[in-house]
Amino acid sequence: MPPAIQVEELTKDYAVGFWRKRPYRALDRLSLQVEPGEVFGFLGPNGAGKTTTLKLLMQLIFPSAGRAEILGKPVGDVAVRKRIGFLPENPYFYDYLTAEELLTYFAQLFGFGPAEQKARVSSLLDRVGIGAERRLQLRKFSKGMVQRVGVAQALINDPEVIFLDEPMSGLDPLGRRDIRTLILELRDQGRTVFFSSHILSDAEALCSRVAVVAGGRLAAAGLLSDILAFDVRGWEIVVDGLKPDVHAQVSAIARRSTEIAPGRYALEVPVAHPPEKLLAELTATGARLVSINPVRDTLEDFFVRRVKEMGAGARAPEAGEVVRADR
Amino acid sequence: MQGRAPPKPERSSVRTVSRIAVNVFRESVRDRVLYNLVLFAVLLISSSYLLGQLTAGQDVKIIKDLGLAATSVFGLFIAIFIGIGLVSKEVERRSIYALLAKPISRTQFVIGKYCGLVLTLAVNVAVMTAALYLVLTYMTVTESAEFKAGWDAPGIDPALLKAIFLIFLQLAIVTAIAVFFSTFSTPILSAALTFGIYIAGHFNTDLKNFDRIVESKPAIWLARGIYYLLPDLSAFDVKTEVVHGLPVAAGYLLSTAAYGVLYVTAVLLLAMFIFSRRDFK
Repeated sequence: MPPAIQVEELTKDYAVGFWRKRPYRALDRLSLQVEPGEVFGFLGPNGAGKTTTLKLLMQLIFPSAGRAEILGKPVGDVAVRKRIGFLPENPYFYDYLTAEELLTYFAQLFGFGPAEQKARVSSLLDRVGIGAERRLQLRKFSKGMVQRVGVAQALINDPEVIFLDEPMSGLDPLGRRDIRTLILELRDQGRTVFFSSHILSDAEALCSRVAVVAGGRLAAAGLLSDILAFDVRGWEIVVDGLKPDVHAQVSAIARRSTEIAPGRYALEVPVAHPPEKLLAELTATGARLVSINPVRDTLEDFFVRRVKEMGAGARAPEAGEVVRADR
Repeated sequence: MQGRAPPKPERSSVRTVSRIAVNVFRESVRDRVLYNLVLFAVLLISSSYLLGQLTAGQDVKIIKDLGLAATSVFGLFIAIFIGIGLVSKEVERRSIYALLAKPISRTQFVIGKYCGLVLTLAVNVAVMTAALYLVLTYMTVTESAEFKAGWDAPGIDPALLKAIFLIFLQLAIVTAIAVFFSTFSTPILSAALTFGIYIAGHFNTDLKNFDRIVESKPAIWLARGIYYLLPDLSAFDVKTEVVHGLPVAAGYLLSTAAYGVLYVTAVLLLAMFIFSRRDFK
């Protein structure tokens, strides 16, 4: 079975500037592979190249270099679109169509018969929680409702691979929960879900594997547990009955010390100080251990660190070099 | 959704195109701009009756003239505003993102949009034609026989349809140009450019006959080149002939129609070529 999505050295340069065009590299040699049945999180801050990648996969823009395949077929193959679904970022549809008409229109484009169209449209609108509003024109819809319609249209053909660009954006907590449930349902049905997000908790809750992009480049890819397991950066020790003089000593080595209640402290000590030794010393002074937890790199921390490391400004000259080489 | 049969393979791209076209038609029919334009045109045609009353003996000509002019001008507005709106807005507001992720090609998108617009235009021209014939019927029924004897052509003259047919073809050309510009330009610029070409197209015959007034060879070649590039829209204007009861040969209708179809095809091919390569940033 071919991979659900295969991206090799995908690169996109834009020419910016009005008179003297300068190349701007929006995506730099991105390679990744998504297996069938995976929920794959495509993470990165705004402007990292997530939407560019999705647009390249949907052939809304064409790559400057590299190639991409969906279900073993090149992305330019119109036939492969029968097997995929796509929710654009902040989707927008036709003002004067109702939700029902929009979905029927899209169902027609997939060649479904009238009865099938009706059944699919009705069950999908139920599934995304659009009730009687389905007969309203879309210009009367709120952002969250349009997002739900967007999700419904992405599933109209019962796709094998679903691409969701920032599916949680513009949704209230209830809506976010619904989308999460939906993605997990799709996973249980064996669908492949590729979704982009800058909200890391979404990925933590849903994804088996992730790729992190920053500044148009792949910053990391792999199992979430592998990426998160990089560093135990310290220990958070909560102790009760800590005497003021002992606290003063401990504060010197702790990264952070927070008084939770009188005599109870949460101490974050760096990994350089073995917790066993510290605990023995503290308990000797009469303090009691309440809890101890490793402080791991969260995805958030990882993200911020890698983004800082990569820096956004480093791309432009490199893009220039490539363009010169092309000539 | 589980357990249902997989989607049937689409048998013909004609069906895809027709679905896009029908959607364009439905969308534009619900747009208030269209109602306003059609209503205004119908009002103008109806009020030509009042204008006709002011000039004895000439009235039926004035009604026909005004009616045909209104059909042409309001058709132009519809072609430009709705035509450009439906393509560039789709790109600008990004509704095209979800659409192009469906199993349709960009070529089908352009043809579908164009056919939908032409369908919208056809219905509107039909409405305006009906309004014109209604006013003419009223005139024919109410006026005295001796008064009607002074008319160049009968009141309810089927020859008007020849002029309307050519107006419709002219609008189809303008629509193709509007679609062409809106495949790569902003709505406002597309509207301005289309309108500019419409105006230039009406004076195009002057360029063809440029050699009668100028001797410089390069200037003549340049004028000829521009003549073939721009649509010759004055060829589609037989209002005067029809209103005055002069004949319009079937051969002329046919050759002009053939020219129109060729021009539209060329412009749409160019539009598809550009649109197929365009990045939607």
